[in-house]
Amino acid sequence: MSATVTKTLDFKGLSCPLPIAKTAQAMRELSPGDVVEVLATDPGSVPDFKAWSENTGNELLEHTEADGVFRFVIRKA
Amino acid sequence: MTMEASTDTQQYDAALEGLAKELDAHEKQSAKHKKLVIFAWSGDLDKIWPTFILATTAAAMGMKTTVFFTFWGLFPLVRNDVRITGDNWMQKMMSFMNRGGTEHLHLSKMDFAGMGPAMMKKLADEHHVASPQELLEVARDLGVELIPCGMTMDLLGLTKDDLIDGLAEPAGATTALAEAQDAVTLFI
Repeated sequence: MSATVTKTLDFKGLSCPLPIAKTAQAMRELSPGDVVEVLATDPGSVPDFKAWSENTGNELLEHTEADGVFRFVIRKA
Repeated sequence: MTMEASTDTQQYDAALEGLAKELDAHEKQSAKHKKLVIFAWSGDLDKIWPTFILATTAAAMGMKTTVFFTFWGLFPLVRNDVRITGDNWMQKMMSFMNRGGTEHLHLSKMDFAGMGPAMMKKLADEHHVASPQELLEVARDLGVELIPCGMTMDLLGLTKDDLIDGLAEPAGATTALAEAQDAVTLFI
Protein backbone atom coordinates (compact mmCIF):
# COMPACT_ATOMS: atom_id res chain seq x y z
CA MET A 1 0.00 0.00 0.00
CA SER A 2 1.76 3.16 -1.08
CA ALA A 3 -0.69 5.99 -0.73
CA THR A 4 0.89 9.42 -1.13
CA VAL A 5 1.35 10.95 2.28
CA THR A 6 0.32 14.60 2.23
CA LYS A 7 1.41 15.42 5.75
CA THR A 8 3.54 14.00 8.54
CA LEU A 9 2.45 14.54 12.11
CA ASP A 10 5.27 14.03 14.56
CA PHE A 11 3.86 13.24 18.01
CA LYS A 12 6.85 11.37 19.32
CA GLY A 13 7.21 11.75 23.08
CA LEU A 14 3.57 12.69 23.67
CA SER A 15 1.38 10.58 25.94
CA CYS A 16 -2.26 9.60 25.79
CA PRO A 17 -4.52 11.25 24.76
CA LEU A 18 -2.45 13.84 22.89
CA PRO A 19 -1.40 11.75 19.84
CA ILE A 20 -5.07 11.08 19.09
CA ALA A 21 -6.32 14.54 20.10
CA LYS A 22 -3.66 16.32 18.05
CA THR A 23 -4.30 14.04 15.07
CA ALA A 24 -7.99 14.96 15.28
CA GLN A 25 -7.03 18.64 15.40
CA ALA A 26 -4.76 18.27 12.37
CA MET A 27 -7.39 16.30 10.40
CA ARG A 28 -9.63 19.38 10.32
CA GLU A 29 -7.16 21.08 8.00
CA LEU A 30 -7.26 18.20 5.51
CA SER A 31 -9.66 17.16 2.77
CA PRO A 32 -11.40 13.78 2.59
CA GLY A 33 -9.08 11.27 0.92
CA ASP A 34 -5.91 12.99 2.13
CA VAL A 35 -3.39 10.62 3.67
CA VAL A 36 -1.39 11.49 6.76
CA GLU A 37 1.45 9.76 8.51
CA VAL A 38 1.52 9.92 12.32
CA LEU A 39 4.63 9.17 14.31
CA ALA A 40 4.22 8.32 17.99
CA THR A 41 6.13 6.63 20.78
CA ASP A 42 3.26 6.04 23.22
CA PRO A 43 2.69 2.23 23.20
CA GLY A 44 -1.00 2.82 23.94
CA SER A 45 -1.32 4.57 20.61
CA VAL A 46 -1.34 1.21 18.77
CA PRO A 47 -4.75 0.05 20.07
CA ASP A 48 -5.90 3.67 20.34
CA PHE A 49 -5.37 4.51 16.66
CA LYS A 50 -7.18 1.28 15.69
CA ALA A 51 -10.15 2.13 17.91
CA TRP A 52 -10.12 5.74 16.77
CA SER A 53 -10.14 4.85 13.08
CA GLU A 54 -12.98 2.35 13.59
CA ASN A 55 -15.01 4.98 15.41
CA THR A 56 -14.36 7.94 13.16
CA GLY A 57 -14.25 6.15 9.80
CA ASN A 58 -10.79 7.51 9.05
CA GLU A 59 -9.06 4.54 7.51
CA LEU A 60 -5.93 3.12 9.11
CA LEU A 61 -4.02 2.02 6.01
CA GLU A 62 -0.99 0.68 7.80
CA HIS A 63 0.88 0.73 11.05
CA THR A 64 4.46 -0.25 11.55
CA GLU A 65 7.07 -0.01 14.27
CA ALA A 66 10.74 0.78 13.96
CA ASP A 67 13.14 1.58 16.80
CA GLY A 68 10.33 2.25 19.25
CA VAL A 69 8.55 4.64 16.91
CA PHE A 70 5.07 3.72 15.77
CA ARG A 71 4.02 4.92 12.33
CA PHE A 72 0.39 5.11 11.38
CA VAL A 73 -0.83 5.92 7.90
CA ILE A 74 -4.36 7.24 7.89
CA ARG A 75 -6.72 8.27 5.13
CA LYS A 76 -9.21 10.95 6.09
CA ALA A 77 -12.84 9.90 5.68
CA MET B 1 -58.14 -17.79 -1.20
CA THR B 2 -58.67 -14.14 -0.41
CA MET B 3 -58.65 -14.99 3.29
CA GLU B 4 -55.26 -16.64 2.94
CA ALA B 5 -53.81 -13.73 1.04
CA SER B 6 -54.97 -11.32 3.69
CA THR B 7 -53.38 -13.47 6.44
CA ASP B 8 -50.14 -13.50 4.48
CA THR B 9 -50.20 -9.73 4.17
CA GLN B 10 -50.88 -9.34 7.85
CA GLN B 11 -47.99 -11.63 8.74
CA TYR B 12 -45.77 -9.75 6.35
CA ASP B 13 -46.79 -6.41 7.85
CA ALA B 14 -46.18 -7.70 11.37
CA ALA B 15 -42.73 -8.97 10.41
CA LEU B 16 -41.93 -5.65 8.75
CA GLU B 17 -43.06 -3.74 11.80
CA GLY B 18 -40.89 -5.92 14.01
CA LEU B 19 -37.93 -5.31 11.76
CA ALA B 20 -38.52 -1.56 11.77
CA LYS B 21 -38.59 -1.59 15.59
CA GLU B 22 -35.34 -3.52 15.71
CA LEU B 23 -33.71 -1.11 13.30
CA ASP B 24 -34.92 1.84 15.32
CA ALA B 25 -33.56 0.34 18.55
CA HIS B 26 -30.25 -0.34 16.82
CA GLU B 27 -30.06 3.23 15.55
CA LYS B 28 -30.76 4.58 19.02
CA GLN B 29 -28.08 2.30 20.42
CA SER B 30 -25.46 3.54 17.98
CA ALA B 31 -26.54 7.16 18.45
CA LYS B 32 -25.94 6.63 22.16
CA HIS B 33 -22.25 6.27 21.55
CA LYS B 34 -21.91 9.51 19.65
CA LYS B 35 -22.30 11.72 22.70
CA LEU B 36 -20.56 12.02 26.02
CA VAL B 37 -21.72 14.05 28.99
CA ILE B 38 -19.48 14.26 32.03
CA PHE B 39 -20.71 15.70 35.29
CA ALA B 40 -17.53 17.13 36.78
CA TRP B 41 -18.31 17.33 40.48
CA SER B 42 -14.81 16.97 41.89
CA GLY B 43 -12.14 19.64 41.69
CA ASP B 44 -9.41 17.24 42.79
CA LEU B 45 -6.42 17.11 40.47
CA ASP B 46 -6.64 13.33 40.15
CA LYS B 47 -10.30 13.51 39.13
CA ILE B 48 -10.39 16.59 36.91
CA TRP B 49 -7.36 15.25 35.04
CA PRO B 50 -9.14 12.10 33.75
CA THR B 51 -12.22 14.25 33.15
CA PHE B 52 -10.23 16.40 30.71
CA ILE B 53 -8.50 13.35 29.20
CA LEU B 54 -11.84 11.65 28.49
CA ALA B 55 -13.49 14.82 27.21
CA THR B 56 -10.58 15.56 24.87
CA THR B 57 -10.48 11.99 23.58
CA ALA B 58 -14.23 11.82 23.06
CA ALA B 59 -14.15 15.02 21.02
CA ALA B 60 -11.22 13.64 19.01
CA MET B 61 -13.35 10.56 18.31
CA GLY B 62 -16.06 12.75 16.90
CA MET B 63 -18.38 12.49 19.90
CA LYS B 64 -20.43 15.54 20.82
CA THR B 65 -18.95 16.20 24.21
CA THR B 66 -20.24 18.24 27.12
CA VAL B 67 -18.78 18.71 30.57
CA PHE B 68 -21.10 20.11 33.22
CA PHE B 69 -19.08 21.56 36.10
CA THR B 70 -20.73 21.66 39.49
CA PHE B 71 -19.69 22.15 43.14
CA TRP B 72 -15.93 21.55 43.59
CA GLY B 73 -15.65 20.89 39.88
CA LEU B 74 -16.08 24.62 39.26
CA PHE B 75 -12.83 25.59 40.98
CA PRO B 76 -10.51 24.26 38.24
CA LEU B 77 -12.28 26.71 35.91
CA VAL B 78 -11.29 29.71 38.04
CA ARG B 79 -8.61 31.83 36.39
CA ASN B 80 -5.18 31.00 37.73
CA ASP B 81 -4.54 34.65 38.62
CA VAL B 82 -7.75 35.07 40.61
CA ARG B 83 -7.14 34.68 44.33
CA ILE B 84 -10.14 35.44 46.54
CA THR B 85 -13.65 35.00 45.20
CA GLY B 86 -17.07 35.52 46.74
CA ASP B 87 -19.17 38.29 48.27
CA ASN B 88 -19.29 37.32 51.92
CA TRP B 89 -16.78 36.03 54.46
CA MET B 90 -17.89 32.41 54.07
CA GLN B 91 -17.40 32.35 50.31
CA LYS B 92 -14.16 34.31 50.64
CA MET B 93 -12.83 31.90 53.23
CA MET B 94 -13.79 28.97 51.02
CA SER B 95 -11.79 30.40 48.12
CA PHE B 96 -8.90 31.14 50.50
CA MET B 97 -8.86 27.53 51.71
CA ASN B 98 -9.57 26.06 48.28
CA ARG B 99 -7.79 28.17 45.69
CA GLY B 100 -9.16 27.74 42.19
CA GLY B 101 -7.34 27.38 38.86
CA THR B 102 -5.70 24.44 37.14
CA GLU B 103 -2.35 25.38 38.70
CA HIS B 104 -3.63 25.10 42.27
CA LEU B 105 -5.39 21.76 42.43
CA HIS B 106 -4.93 19.13 45.11
CA LEU B 107 -4.84 15.36 45.07
CA SER B 108 -7.64 13.35 46.68
CA LYS B 109 -5.00 11.26 48.43
CA MET B 110 -1.32 11.71 49.24
CA ASP B 111 -1.66 15.45 48.86
CA PHE B 112 0.78 16.25 51.70
CA ALA B 113 -0.15 19.93 51.70
CA GLY B 114 0.60 20.38 48.03
CA MET B 115 3.78 18.30 47.86
CA GLY B 116 1.85 15.46 46.22
CA PRO B 117 0.65 17.59 43.28
CA ALA B 118 4.16 19.06 42.85
CA MET B 119 5.57 15.54 42.56
CA MET B 120 2.75 14.50 40.27
CA LYS B 121 3.51 17.47 38.02
CA LYS B 122 7.19 16.49 37.93
CA LEU B 123 6.26 12.90 37.03
CA ALA B 124 3.85 14.11 34.35
CA ASP B 125 6.58 16.34 32.85
CA GLU B 126 9.05 13.46 32.84
CA HIS B 127 6.55 11.16 31.14
CA HIS B 128 5.33 13.85 28.75
CA VAL B 129 1.78 13.63 30.06
CA ALA B 130 -0.26 16.69 29.19
CA SER B 131 -1.21 18.90 32.12
CA PRO B 132 -4.87 19.61 32.93
CA GLN B 133 -4.33 23.14 31.57
CA GLU B 134 -3.01 21.85 28.25
CA LEU B 135 -5.83 19.30 27.99
CA LEU B 136 -8.38 21.99 28.78
CA GLU B 137 -7.05 24.06 25.88
CA VAL B 138 -7.17 21.09 23.48
CA ALA B 139 -10.69 20.25 24.69
CA ARG B 140 -11.87 23.80 24.00
CA ASP B 141 -10.23 23.74 20.58
CA LEU B 142 -11.93 20.45 19.69
CA GLY B 143 -15.28 21.98 20.57
CA VAL B 144 -15.99 20.39 23.95
CA GLU B 145 -18.84 22.31 25.52
CA LEU B 146 -17.88 23.39 29.03
CA ILE B 147 -20.94 24.37 31.05
CA PRO B 148 -20.58 25.84 34.51
CA CYS B 149 -23.51 25.13 36.82
CA GLY B 150 -25.20 28.49 37.48
CA MET B 151 -26.67 27.49 40.82
CA THR B 152 -23.37 26.36 42.36
CA MET B 153 -21.62 29.43 40.95
CA ASP B 154 -24.04 31.54 43.01
CA LEU B 155 -23.72 29.30 46.03
CA LEU B 156 -19.92 29.37 46.02
CA GLY B 157 -19.70 33.03 45.05
CA LEU B 158 -18.10 32.55 41.63
CA THR B 159 -18.87 35.02 38.86
CA LYS B 160 -18.31 34.72 35.12
CA ASP B 161 -15.37 37.12 35.51
CA ASP B 162 -13.71 34.72 37.96
CA LEU B 163 -13.84 31.90 35.40
CA ILE B 164 -11.72 31.29 32.31
CA ASP B 165 -12.81 32.27 28.81
CA GLY B 166 -14.36 29.88 26.34
CA LEU B 167 -17.04 28.46 28.61
CA ALA B 168 -20.69 28.07 27.68
CA GLU B 169 -23.26 30.24 29.43
CA PRO B 170 -23.95 29.04 33.00
CA ALA B 171 -26.86 26.62 32.99
CA GLY B 172 -28.77 24.28 35.26
CA ALA B 173 -29.33 20.59 35.81
CA THR B 174 -32.08 20.53 33.19
CA THR B 175 -29.71 21.60 30.43
CA ALA B 176 -27.20 18.96 31.49
CA LEU B 177 -29.78 16.19 31.76
CA ALA B 178 -31.41 17.14 28.47
CA GLU B 179 -28.01 16.81 26.83
CA ALA B 180 -27.44 13.52 28.67
CA GLN B 181 -30.62 11.80 27.44
CA ASP B 182 -28.98 10.05 24.50
CA ALA B 183 -25.39 10.20 25.70
CA VAL B 184 -22.86 8.13 27.54
CA THR B 185 -22.74 9.76 30.98
CA LEU B 186 -20.11 9.90 33.67
CA PHE B 187 -20.14 11.48 37.10
CA ILE B 188 -16.60 12.23 38.21
